[in-house]
Amino acid sequence: MKHLKSTLGGLALAAMLALTATGNAVAADKFITLQSTTSTQNSGLFDYMLPIFSKKTGIEVRVVAVGTGQALKNARNGDGDVLFVHAKPAEEKFVAEGFGVSRQDVMFNDFVIVGPAADPAKVGGMKDAPAALKMIADAKAAFASRGDDSGTHKKEKRLWKAAGVDADASSGSWYRETGSGMGATLNAAVGMGAYALTDRATWISFKNKGNFKIQVEGDKVLFNQYGVILVNPAKHPVVKKELGQSFIDWVTGDEGQKTINSYKLNGQQLFFANAS
Amino acid sequence: MQDFAESFSLAFQLIFSADADLAEIVLLSLKVSLSATMCACMIGMSLGAAIAIFRFPGRGVLLVLTNALMGLPPVVVGLAIYMLLSNAGPFGTFQLLYSPTAMIIAQTVLVTPIATALTRQVIADLHTEYDEQLRSLALGPFATLTTLLWDGRFSLITVALAGFGRAVAEVGAVIIVGGNINHVTRVMTTAIALETSKGDLALALALGLILIGISISVNAALMALKGTARRFAYE
Amino acid sequence: MNNIPQNVSPNASFAVTNPLLPLRAEDLSYAPDGLALLDKVSLQIAEGGISMILGPNGAGKSILMRILHGLIPASAGTVSWRGQTANREIRKRQAMVFQKPVLLRRSVTANLDHALNAAGVPRADRNRRATEALKEAGIAHLAARPARVLSGGEQQRLALARALSLQPDVLFLDEPTASLDPASTAAIEALVLAAERRGCKIVMISHDIHQARRLASEIIFMDRGRIAEQSAAAAFFEAPSSAAARDYLAGRLHLPNGA
Repeated sequence: MKHLKSTLGGLALAAMLALTATGNAVAADKFITLQSTTSTQNSGLFDYMLPIFSKKTGIEVRVVAVGTGQALKNARNGDGDVLFVHAKPAEEKFVAEGFGVSRQDVMFNDFVIVGPAADPAKVGGMKDAPAALKMIADAKAAFASRGDDSGTHKKEKRLWKAAGVDADASSGSWYRETGSGMGATLNAAVGMGAYALTDRATWISFKNKGNFKIQVEGDKVLFNQYGVILVNPAKHPVVKKELGQSFIDWVTGDEGQKTINSYKLNGQQLFFANAS
Repeated sequence: MQDFAESFSLAFQLIFSADADLAEIVLLSLKVSLSATMCACMIGMSLGAAIAIFRFPGRGVLLVLTNALMGLPPVVVGLAIYMLLSNAGPFGTFQLLYSPTAMIIAQTVLVTPIATALTRQVIADLHTEYDEQLRSLALGPFATLTTLLWDGRFSLITVALAGFGRAVAEVGAVIIVGGNINHVTRVMTTAIALETSKGDLALALALGLILIGISISVNAALMALKGTARRFAYE
Repeated sequence: MNNIPQNVSPNASFAVTNPLLPLRAEDLSYAPDGLALLDKVSLQIAEGGISMILGPNGAGKSILMRILHGLIPASAGTVSWRGQTANREIRKRQAMVFQKPVLLRRSVTANLDHALNAAGVPRADRNRRATEALKEAGIAHLAARPARVLSGGEQQRLALARALSLQPDVLFLDEPTASLDPASTAAIEALVLAAERRGCKIVMISHDIHQARRLASEIIFMDRGRIAEQSAAAAFFEAPSSAAARDYLAGRLHLPNGA
């Protein structure tokens, strides 16, 4: 029995060491948790921008990249210090309900409608996004929706409303809700030859394009504004108020704004700084 | 098929270039999943052996429960652990969310039912063989339990392997409670999910191949141990 | 426990009063699922010598032995050791060796160590007692080997050495030589006789009449869940008193109801 006991003891010790080691690693660093969206993460903007901030301030930024809907929910639970998302009405509601201190514009990019080269709904080159969606609906051409209450999904729903189409009624036929992130939805769209609404940054950095291309772009309603919010320490005392605020000050300040404008992928600028 | 060829060559390039980021991700994967497997085995093996040997009230319920929980979807576990560890949840004060510890907890919850159910089977078989001898020695319940666990040690390796396999392969739980934070909580499976979402399927698959490689290495090492055991008729 | 002397020397060259005996069974029945495998068996086993349980297959020998040793509970009836019902202390003064030895997945020494530890022997004494028992069984050279790679004869000698290392007052043997070659059988018999000379009471089941003639001091003959007769060995082999025993000794199948 001696063997068994010492083995079990060793295992317990090892497990405890593993746990405390990770615990220490987390506690030792000066960091904030940023609840953000897949578009900013997948486009590579954070990989470019955050090291510059960290180097200057010594604050590590840990990004949890999820849909805007989930990011808002996580922040509502106090699981994050700063929100960096793109769904202005939902963000304003978040602040109005007292979960955020205040909301500031940071930057924008725009949404585009991508589709197969064959373009079954013949929307290629159109500018009017709602009109294009109406044609897609009339042609019953496949359309892949995020269906996950993300910022992109919220925008898409507003566009369907403007087009006067009840897309939800056709859910399961030509209107397909993937219930997944932007990348997964694009993979699905490419896989089944469906149109999809995506932000331009994600599309440019997306590698599995197949024969897809941008079919509709340039409409003012496709404008995609990003905002930044400090989670309210009054609601959740664990929020790192000073560290979070210094990130917000930086990203909306001169240096942060310049950094955003200088980020290019394949020679294209992806985000346009517009903090006031 | 070009994607597959590309993935294989990419996987080899990644391995032989000794990519620091990759090494970090691989090490964290191993650390999280091995720790979780260890914790789950300590709980599950004791519990499984107890269910195998003893008759106690609630044993039947426990048996059904562990068998049912073996198929627990990782995303459900992830969600439950998230709600517990969230700052809005009961254990928020520990500040464990988005840390490797949270991932270890989630995977421990996932693996414990498997460790319990499989251990119960191993120990029940062994108990049938040993029962009369151990009772002839007038062994107490605790000594019976430890004797069977120790003598089943090499069969229990298979149990640990099954648990590790489930832990290291799952993405649903760790991506929720870990947050897939670069350099902090990014493991193989969440990295694969991320590359897939970027549409970089070749890189995602390459990472998948490396994950399979890790899994094969761990299995081979333990199987070699079992081979020795078999030679000694300890199995 | 006061009536059990604690100072019985296992190495005494003659039998000292055995603290467990006489063993008395009264009206033992065993009828799982209503099928009577033992039917109101009563017997008394006194100290000294080797009590050999004989009888055809299915007579209930193994079941009787397991009930006496306390491995299975009787459906009815009582077992008492020197007037006391069995408890853990009394159980620890007995040992049993099975027809197919049950060896742990450990080394030969570790098998003995496990049993000695279970019996509460202090760590300092375990190694010495294990070594002595292995030496006596002639398998000291196998001490470090995994127990389960030994030959059948070696395995049974190990099982017996393990039982004897516990220095039991009563040793139950359920056909310990049934599947062994003559040399291994002789080795086992020598060990059993040596233990008996040290004052350990042997209760043994056998199917081998020659073995019974060699070893037994008394015969308990069973037939169809009952004890047909219990007599001194010499008397039994000369003139068995029951018809069942006569048929058994003559090598005839004993068929009830003239079937």
